Amino acid sequence: MLKQTHKFFGSRRQHAAMRGMDIAAAMAAEAMQAGVEVWLEATVLGLYQDGVLLVQQRERVVTVQVARVVIATGAGEKTLAFPNNDLPGIYGAGAVQTMLHLYGVLPGRRVLMVGAGNIGLIVSYQLLQAGVEVIAVLEAMREVGGYLVHASKIRRAGVPLLTRHTVVGALGTRFLTGVVIGRLDDSGGIVPGSERVLEVDVMCLAVGLTPAAELLWQAGCRMAYIPELGGHVPVRDGRMQTTVPGIYVAGDVAGVEEASSAMVEGRMAGLAAAWDMGFQSPQYPHLWAEAETELAALRGGPVGARIRQGLAKLAAVRAREVAAGA
Amino acid sequence: MLSSNAVAEPADLAAVTPSPERLARGPVAIAECFQQIPCDPCSWACRRGAIPPFVDLNQRPEIDWELCNGCGVCVSACPGLAIFVVDLSRDPAVVRLPYEFLPRPEAGATVTLVGRDGCALGEGRVQRIQDGRVQDRTAVVWVEVPADLAMAVRHIRFGGNGQ
Ligand SMILES: Cc1cc2nc3c(=O)[nH]c(=O)nc-3n(C[C@H](O)[C@H](O)[C@H](O)COP(=O)(O)OP(=O)(O)OC[C@H]3O[C@@H](n4cnc5c(N)ncnc54)[C@H](O)[C@@H]3O)c2cc1C
Ligand code: SF4
Ligand code: SF4
Repeated sequence: MLKQTHKFFGSRRQHAAMRGMDIAAAMAAEAMQAGVEVWLEATVLGLYQDGVLLVQQRERVVTVQVARVVIATGAGEKTLAFPNNDLPGIYGAGAVQTMLHLYGVLPGRRVLMVGAGNIGLIVSYQLLQAGVEVIAVLEAMREVGGYLVHASKIRRAGVPLLTRHTVVGALGTRFLTGVVIGRLDDSGGIVPGSERVLEVDVMCLAVGLTPAAELLWQAGCRMAYIPELGGHVPVRDGRMQTTVPGIYVAGDVAGVEEASSAMVEGRMAGLAAAWDMGFQSPQYPHLWAEAETELAALRGGPVGARIRQGLAKLAAVRAREVAAGA
Repeated sequence: MLSSNAVAEPADLAAVTPSPERLARGPVAIAECFQQIPCDPCSWACRRGAIPPFVDLNQRPEIDWELCNGCGVCVSACPGLAIFVVDLSRDPAVVRLPYEFLPRPEAGATVTLVGRDGCALGEGRVQRIQDGRVQDRTAVVWVEVPADLAMAVRHIRFGGNGQ
């Protein structure tokens, strides 16, 4: 969220209309004020079933014994297979954002964006804001996958949206000098003769995210493959608890979605963990109901259909497991 | 088509455009928000109640053009940068549009008027720019345009970033 310079969607309860970076700062301040101890530059290397975390912070490696843990490690980027896809100049959208917004470095001069989901559209817009030329946004589907308002923003700034197009290959020997693109036919093949070369020094891949669930695999949490949620996601109960008691999940690691829903899920996982540890506040039912209502609203529309489908599949997996175990 | 090239068609626009009489009467907001997405800041940004509270977070905004006085608060509150204020009571007409590129245009500057598809439509003069705390880095640029382009101009270019 620190890298998101645009104003967010959602409702007031999820800080909509605030910029991602400002929401992050506000939430961090709130957590600090509540007395949360934050370890920066600390990576959890391992998570064991007995509640031991192995943590590396800069030069030190320590183990931490916890009563409950919420895993909210987010998601990692998917990539695409095509000839020469390892040339310098080909980046994931996350890397481009990190260069732009954390380090203040331009990735190049002329960019081809691959993927017209929200991330491809937003990062294109951020590149334009940074003064980089975006030659086109390529999208294999027939329609723009991200929100139309995001697409319209870059469209009026002059960026063409090439739907039904894909990457055929990358050109260059030491670094990227161009990309061969082609139009897709109905069977997913390239229309003969439709190939053409776009001269660019950067190709940015924004082709989806997949949960960063390594720690959950390691801890032995049961996982289910649900494409609608981005890949393998942890099986969990209605209280965000995985199949390993004491391990809860929230956010993109539980299913790739949005920051707005991640914030609400985080609240739920926190409430559930606190309750299970004996901090059974009378406010709990109210706070829980409020969170559930917010999630239902966020996921309730046509753009939430895929998520609803994925969650239904996940619930079915869990129901089968519970039945089998009983 | 809107869903494949993100450019609204006349039919899409007709449904979100006030009557000619209302347009002629003075500034009024137009929300070019055509998709049901989980988003509602426009409704709580408007202090005149011209965009009633959403019953469903995913509904599309419906502006009551009789209550709307074209104050423009919603223009910078909309994270989709989808709301514009059009004033056809003046000659030339004025379009107020959200602008997030640097540098900002200066009042009095001549700029290229740009349509929804990124194509140049002519030249216009920047009348005013609102870029304070309320706008929170989404500047609202007031640009003078010929009346017949008031429903077509949705962006400007003048040589800064994002060109
Ligand atoms: C370009 C872009 C635009 C977006 N725009 C929007 C938007 O407008 N609205 C919206 O709602 N959502 C948006 N999103 C989605 C949103 O950013 C994510 O859904 C949200 O950040 C998920 O939150 P999270 O806490 O689950 O994961 P993250 O925000 O990814 O946080 C995970 C954190 O865990 C840390 N971590 C990972 N592994 C470890 C480990 N082993 N040890 C310690 N720390 C670890 C990571 O460093 C990271 O800081 C956008 C995403 C992108 C990429
Ligand atoms: S222009 Fe002002 S009155 Fe009209 S809808 Fe927007 S905020 Fe409300
Ligand atoms: S704030 Fe903007 S994007 Fe959100 S619903 Fe209102 S008009 Fe649409």
